[in-house]
Amino acid sequence: MIPAAFDYHKATSVAEAVGLLKEHGMDAKILAGGHSLIPAMKLRLNQPELLIDISGIADLKGIKDEGRKLVIGAACTHGAIASSAEVNKDAPILAITAKTIGDIQIRNKGTIGGSIAHADPAADWPAALIAADATIEVLGGGGSRTIAATDFFTGIYDTALEEDEVIIAIHVPKVSSTFTSAYAKFFQPASRFAIVGCAVVMEMKDNYCVSARVAFTGVSDMAFFDEKVSSALAGKSLNDETIAAAAAQAAQGVDTLGDHFASEEYREHLAKVYAERAIREAIA
Amino acid sequence: MKKQINLTVNGKAYSHEVEARLLLVHYLRDELRLTGTHVGCDTSSCGSCTILMDGLAVKCCTLLAVQADGANITTIEGLADNDSLHPLQEGFREEHGLQCGFCTPGMIMTAADLLSTNSDPSEQEIRHALEGNFCRCTGYHNIVKSIQYAANKINNKEVAS
Amino acid sequence: MTKMIGKSVKRVEDKRFITGKGQYTDDIILPNMTYAQFVRSPYAHAKVLGVDTSEALAHPGVVAVYTGADFAEINGVPCGWQVDFKNGDTMKEPKHPLIVVDKARHAGDAVAIVIAESREAARDAADLVDVDYEELEAVVDPKKAAEEGAPLVHDDVPNNICFDWELGNPKEEVDAAIAAASHVTTLEFANQRVAPNAIEPRSYIGDYDSTNDKYTLYTSTQNPHLIRLLMCAFVLGIPEHKVRIVSKDVGGGFGSKIFHYTEEALVTYISKQLGRPVKWTAERSEAFLTDAHGRDHVSKAEMGFDAEGKITGLRIKTYASMGGYLSTFAPAVPTYLHGTLLQGVYTTPKIHIDVVATFTHTSAVDAYRGAGRPEATYLLERLMDTAALEMEMDPAELRFKNFIPAFNGIDEPGYATNVALQYDSGNYAPVLERALEMTGYKDFRKEQAEARANGKLLGIGFSTYIEACGIAPSAVVGALGARAGLFEVSQVRVHPTGKVSVFTGAHSHGQGHETTFAQVVADKFGIPMEDVDIVHGDSDTVAFGMGTYGSRSLAVGGSALVKSIEKIIDKGTKIAAHKLEAAEEDLEFAEGKWTVKGTDKSIGFADISLTAYVPHDYPAGLEPGLDFSSFYDPANFTYPFGAHIAIVEVDKDTGKVSLKRFIAVDDVGNVINPMIVDGQIHGGVVQGIGQALLEHAFYDEDGQLVTGSYMDYAMPRADDVPMIETDRTTTPCPHNPLGVKGAGEAGAIGSTPAVVNAVMDALAPYGIKNLSMPLTSESVWRAMKG
Repeated sequence: MIPAAFDYHKATSVAEAVGLLKEHGMDAKILAGGHSLIPAMKLRLNQPELLIDISGIADLKGIKDEGRKLVIGAACTHGAIASSAEVNKDAPILAITAKTIGDIQIRNKGTIGGSIAHADPAADWPAALIAADATIEVLGGGGSRTIAATDFFTGIYDTALEEDEVIIAIHVPKVSSTFTSAYAKFFQPASRFAIVGCAVVMEMKDNYCVSARVAFTGVSDMAFFDEKVSSALAGKSLNDETIAAAAAQAAQGVDTLGDHFASEEYREHLAKVYAERAIREAIA
Repeated sequence: MKKQINLTVNGKAYSHEVEARLLLVHYLRDELRLTGTHVGCDTSSCGSCTILMDGLAVKCCTLLAVQADGANITTIEGLADNDSLHPLQEGFREEHGLQCGFCTPGMIMTAADLLSTNSDPSEQEIRHALEGNFCRCTGYHNIVKSIQYAANKINNKEVAS
Repeated sequence: MTKMIGKSVKRVEDKRFITGKGQYTDDIILPNMTYAQFVRSPYAHAKVLGVDTSEALAHPGVVAVYTGADFAEINGVPCGWQVDFKNGDTMKEPKHPLIVVDKARHAGDAVAIVIAESREAARDAADLVDVDYEELEAVVDPKKAAEEGAPLVHDDVPNNICFDWELGNPKEEVDAAIAAASHVTTLEFANQRVAPNAIEPRSYIGDYDSTNDKYTLYTSTQNPHLIRLLMCAFVLGIPEHKVRIVSKDVGGGFGSKIFHYTEEALVTYISKQLGRPVKWTAERSEAFLTDAHGRDHVSKAEMGFDAEGKITGLRIKTYASMGGYLSTFAPAVPTYLHGTLLQGVYTTPKIHIDVVATFTHTSAVDAYRGAGRPEATYLLERLMDTAALEMEMDPAELRFKNFIPAFNGIDEPGYATNVALQYDSGNYAPVLERALEMTGYKDFRKEQAEARANGKLLGIGFSTYIEACGIAPSAVVGALGARAGLFEVSQVRVHPTGKVSVFTGAHSHGQGHETTFAQVVADKFGIPMEDVDIVHGDSDTVAFGMGTYGSRSLAVGGSALVKSIEKIIDKGTKIAAHKLEAAEEDLEFAEGKWTVKGTDKSIGFADISLTAYVPHDYPAGLEPGLDFSSFYDPANFTYPFGAHIAIVEVDKDTGKVSLKRFIAVDDVGNVINPMIVDGQIHGGVVQGIGQALLEHAFYDEDGQLVTGSYMDYAMPRADDVPMIETDRTTTPCPHNPLGVKGAGEAGAIGSTPAVVNAVMDALAPYGIKNLSMPLTSESVWRAMKG
């Protein structure tokens, strides 16, 4: 559990961090909470030569209300998001999901930006961000841009981030009280990462589902928006039948992961079960 | 490459030059000789290394010492003043919440975080709060009771003998 | 002075642990200390063609790098228990070298050791050791290992068979009993390999003092004196009186820290070579690969019943893995700690067990909490619940029908089993009666019927276990192959002021001896507990000891303690008689003083202590001082027993098992500290639950440990288990002075089959009778799916 040696630089601005990334390329890594990166470095699965610590950059830590959206700084911890009054009110799917990540200690230090940059296929955030229709604001050598959460996750530990880009913030559309959200997770019994995590955000009018966004993590090599389940819910009055019918569509056409803890077949089954549970929980 | 860090641990200010890769847990154990914080795994899973950093429970095996620059840290050695015991420490002794004692500091520090945000947790809330801490000796039964004892004590409730 | 025995006294040792002042081996930093890092084989089976250490040696901070060749002349670590083949041949006992020379035999086998000025330098340099491997085919399953053509772990061990062994009634009699049975229940399953996972990883520091030619080994062991004996006499050939073993605070053991490990000998040996202390602390992933694992049996079990449900015969065939090398007590586990327990608490008239022990390309397998007894109990108790289901009988009723009748071991010699043991005392029905009462059994069956009607899968499972602990009579275990005696040692030193230091050969790594033993001393002497100190874990201060495992500390170590206490009181009586000018037989010792019977003339414990050390006015011919040692060799094992009941609910959609309730009624004989005994039961029960539902040290076919970290090896966390509902009955042990039996392993022995039985009961509507542990969500789901 001794990382390989590296240099450490505490950045005072995002621009400085971007400059260093540009200079060092693949040899440098951004450090926020370090709760995805340091474990990998301890096992020497990751041996960067330079760590650029962005945790001291105040701009990255706030949660701002920008009218129609919340802007969550990349260095916000899972715990801070879970307990934020704004997030609980205006983007509850993020607060609900944050509460299920890791454990108290990990939520106190791990950050949303770090987690999504790491892009563990079993992490919780990706499903929530996709269901929330969030966008990810990044800054790099080529300037600033936003990436839709649905486009951000591109494979196992792989994202749409360029080598010299730093995640600045997560932009989440605010939802009104007519929206309802849930995150249901079946976890791997040892790591407690998601074998299947299903995030649901729906706009409801009584029992009628106006619109729905359903996303999964854990099922495949990256989190994904489940078009079929989402559109099976939208425009329906939700009852046992319609919910079951929608859930039965879950995770179709994706390459399902299989491992020691859950075979492909079992994951596919669980995706349906957890889609149904998340939908029911959302409207409960 | 060495970096200067300044931090407060258990109320005392420290300043050291440390290697960037030095883990905070090794800094506390080897440099400051605060060996009550333990290492039980290499995957941030067991919680034996839990300390309070700026009041929040963290696993210091998953932090670099340089990340603690400027931080205010409390370890098990500094949880109570001098010879007194914190209600959690008292609870663990009263309710036999420990056997070999190895996971105990981490359990207590995690529980301290829980009680700081929820001073009257239910059994299920306590169990959930401990999901990042392994104990192999107690089966958790008496750990739960120990934390309930401390919560009652903090809330000035009657403590069952 | 109130009685101290039987009280839930708060633990004396807790203060240092709750304030972070415990001293575990890794907490120690010695001046000029070096750090060791191993280079370990990534392959389960590979030829080591070459090890190039030059680059590592050149790395800054590196002090030395050793390979197998450097230790070729040194013995391997020995095995402490010999089991012979059925034909009388000695078991196969291949060398377990400190570092491999030619071949790696399991993933994690040590190929080189790097010593450096810092942990960091050692770790960095280990990456620079270049090992040339030729990977070979591996075998990991204990049964497949014995098949023709299986890859050999040791070239000179045909078919990988370490030994074969049998016990019980003549095989033909058992075959006949089963053939004649009106019902036979047959189960085939694995008792899966698990990793003990004491939360403190193993840690050792070797420290050689050239001035005095003396070695000190700081070690996280359960067993300091035995480690010294094995290391000095069998491995390093160094004089025993020149070696000190220190194991002060140890963070859990569960068996895995009984054994003498190669790393202990290496740090000790190398510290002399380098003239500097050498520290090694396992990382968790290293612990997974190198700590001795537990269980790993594959068995076929058949139980015959007559038409009334009385058991008529039991036949077992077990393949037991030894792993790649023989660990210290490995051969004893599937044989004398397993076969001997197959009588259980039942009157089974004919029993036969056949065991084949095999080497596999895996970490060594040895005693883990319960060691053999959980495996035996699992066989019996799974058979009982399955038989009840098949014969449409109530599983509790089936047990009542078959229990051995009560016996106290005083009015009769105990109960002789068909598998070599003589139970000391037992009364098996009341524990089950009490457990049923606590469960509300009748109401539960109603609740279950309703739940089933509503599509919910609720189940109840039983386990009525017995175990043999308090090991053990030396002559008996010697006859069974132990290469050591299993007595225990105590020394009670009364200081001139009447304060007491106790030196015990038992070792606490969570059991609370500093409290329990002090309670016994305070109670017997009638002095405050604060006046008693318990010292353990240092071979320079404790005369000798056989360590703590097999729930033996109080039954054997406590008995040794009582012997010394009695010697003190006897001598004190002589001094008191002199001081009080009375005859010894006219004195009685109680409440901390000697009183002339029928008078108010008395003298206190402290006065007598002072007199013993200031013997001015003293009995003629009596030695001064008040300090006695005793060796206690028990007359028999002790036999705790109990009834465990689990209630589970299975999630129909996912197969996930939730444990709703767990009821444990145990009889561990007399109890010194109920709080500590309850704690032992809680912890044992949850470890057993872990095996039933979560834990599996799973090797793939290539011999890679798939579950080699806490990210993959599932162990119970706080929210996986409920509160454990406990109660006790008390059937004292008739053959030791405290009447105690032992509580350390009971929980882990009883709980596993109860949980699995409960899941099978929940799944009964699906016609599912047998699933392999751990009962993972997917395996249960698959079974339901059919």
